[in-house]
Amino acid sequence: MTTSVSDVTTEAAISAIVAAHRHQRGPLLEILHAIQSELGHVPKEAVPLLARELNLSRADVHGVVTFYHDFRDAPAGRTTVRICRAEACQALGASALVGCAEERTGLPLGRTSADGSVTVEQVFCLGNCALGPSVEVNGEVLGRMSAVRLRSILDEAVTS
Amino acid sequence: MTQDANSPVRVYVPRDSAARSVGADAVAEAVRKAAADQGRPVEVVRNGSRGMLSVEPLVEVVTAEGRVGYGPVAPEAVPILAAAGFLDGADHPLRLGVMDELPWLARQNRVTFARVGITDPLSPEDYERHGGIAGLRRALELPPADVVAAVTESGLRGRGGAGFPAGIKWKTVLECADELKFVCCNADEGDSGTFADRMVMEGDPFMLIEGMTIAAHAVGAREGYIYIRSEYPDAVATMRAAISVARERGWLGEHILGSELRFDLHVRVGAGAYICGEETSMLESLEGKRGMVRAKPPIPAIEGLFGKPTVVNNVLTLATVPVILANGAQAYQELGVERSRGTQVFQLGGNVARGGIVETAFGITLRELVEDFGGGTLSGRPVRTVQVGGPLGAYLPTSMFDLPMEYEAFAAAGAMLGHGGVVVFDDSVDMASQARFAMEFCAAESCGKCTPCRVGSVRGVEVIDRIVAGEQRDENLALLEDLCELMTDGSLCAMGGLTPMPVRSAITHFSDDFLAREEGTA
Repeated sequence: MTTSVSDVTTEAAISAIVAAHRHQRGPLLEILHAIQSELGHVPKEAVPLLARELNLSRADVHGVVTFYHDFRDAPAGRTTVRICRAEACQALGASALVGCAEERTGLPLGRTSADGSVTVEQVFCLGNCALGPSVEVNGEVLGRMSAVRLRSILDEAVTS
Repeated sequence: MTQDANSPVRVYVPRDSAARSVGADAVAEAVRKAAADQGRPVEVVRNGSRGMLSVEPLVEVVTAEGRVGYGPVAPEAVPILAAAGFLDGADHPLRLGVMDELPWLARQNRVTFARVGITDPLSPEDYERHGGIAGLRRALELPPADVVAAVTESGLRGRGGAGFPAGIKWKTVLECADELKFVCCNADEGDSGTFADRMVMEGDPFMLIEGMTIAAHAVGAREGYIYIRSEYPDAVATMRAAISVARERGWLGEHILGSELRFDLHVRVGAGAYICGEETSMLESLEGKRGMVRAKPPIPAIEGLFGKPTVVNNVLTLATVPVILANGAQAYQELGVERSRGTQVFQLGGNVARGGIVETAFGITLRELVEDFGGGTLSGRPVRTVQVGGPLGAYLPTSMFDLPMEYEAFAAAGAMLGHGGVVVFDDSVDMASQARFAMEFCAAESCGKCTPCRVGSVRGVEVIDRIVAGEQRDENLALLEDLCELMTDGSLCAMGGLTPMPVRSAITHFSDDFLAREEGTA
């Protein structure tokens, strides 16, 4: 059986992350965050590895990975846009921003464009409720968002 | 007015993520550059936000008169302000005046938020200079039971939403004989319209550390966790930095402030699950598991994190403990009305002209908050409704705006204060779609453990769709009411149990919005 270089690298990265967090109480969530931060997503092959390392069942690990919205099973686009759809932003037209994004990218929320340029997702509350509507672009929260400005952000994202 | 040219002018530009969301970082940079261009030495302090979010980015200049504010300041406006002489507090259309004299702030009673926006959040010297650590020093002079008694006497109730008396929870943990106990801070502030926890963590993190340390002394815990939602990366970074500073200062670790107290704190980050704001779900998540709600009893005070006695309190609850110890339970207890004692940190958001933090004693009316502080809607259209207490809170019409903001008055009106968030909507809101969203949100965020919540929310969306489509409207409204009753009575936790609150309030107060959308389809 052959093992590809990337599998070995992934396995080594995961083992190093586990070693760094093993001493903590209940470390699985911290480990998953670290894996996603290093690899950009939580690859499927991480599940049996983590199960073995942490003495859990595969079902336990799979259950945790899939419970939380944050963990991705595939890398996000080069630009990630998260549109707040919670009530305070709804009161200032969040649904128009969602419409604008879906129209510009041709994708429903939660999908990544085929060329890997952009992912647009929903998020429920960024804690910026007095300066909404809010959108997060590559981790940066932007308040008082307008459809015009969002469109220019997406224009730049899809062409880069 | 001109100051000594050699002493740097101190300028405050917030590092709070709300201020950053509208350009505070670029403003801070522009201030440095403009001062350099004028050959004026400046010291730019990145403070927390005053919570007057409609004027962010706010720039404050220290003058002989006091701290003079300018806002909202766009980065491009900084050179113009500099030319007008803002470093000397000069006049300009953006000049707000001396901050402490602005009615919006002066009318508040900042107790928990006393330092937020005033100090450099990561300066321990600033913290102590503004009254920090006095509460912990006082607590360490007292036996644990007396600290618990002080918290009980203050009347402090849990600020996360449930409003359970904090002292009673602490007493239960203190009375457990276990060697291992925990103090956990619930900083999974997922309710839309709430951001006070975030602003404490970004703007005055030592206060939360001090409150948790006092709790540790009071109940005999040695280890604490702060569970922060992943949507708050700035709060995570600031709390982690503050914990390191606190360890260096002897505010955490062994022999805290020279006493026998040993306590250490860790930050844990959530992963985008609203349900983890429910305390038992949060404990499961802290243990590295799926955030599935636990049945109660056993209560977390007896069997909490890893099955051990655990104090679980919200950020605002724990952050208020230091000032209670420092100034005495009586001083805090004297504020407020009825069984709602002390102050509440209200958060005004949504379609509001002057949103932000309004901390006042309990008892202020909704109208004073929305109209006097909030200044009505941002859009300029009439206010139609406000949702109080997050996505599980009631939608209230303007006819109920004289309701006093206190736990029992709200409960009697079929509403709840929750975490103190007030979200304003103008007259363009469609209440049937808000009711539908409440069910949709519950369906998306339910942990799935109990059927009323997991399945009921999905059915709720379907029934509301049929009602607005005009399909057997009366029968479906009756069915929706039946479903709401079942979810309220049969759900394991507040997620399924309270989702009917926004739905029912929308139907009760805005029934016209539930009429069929297209004539003739009924």
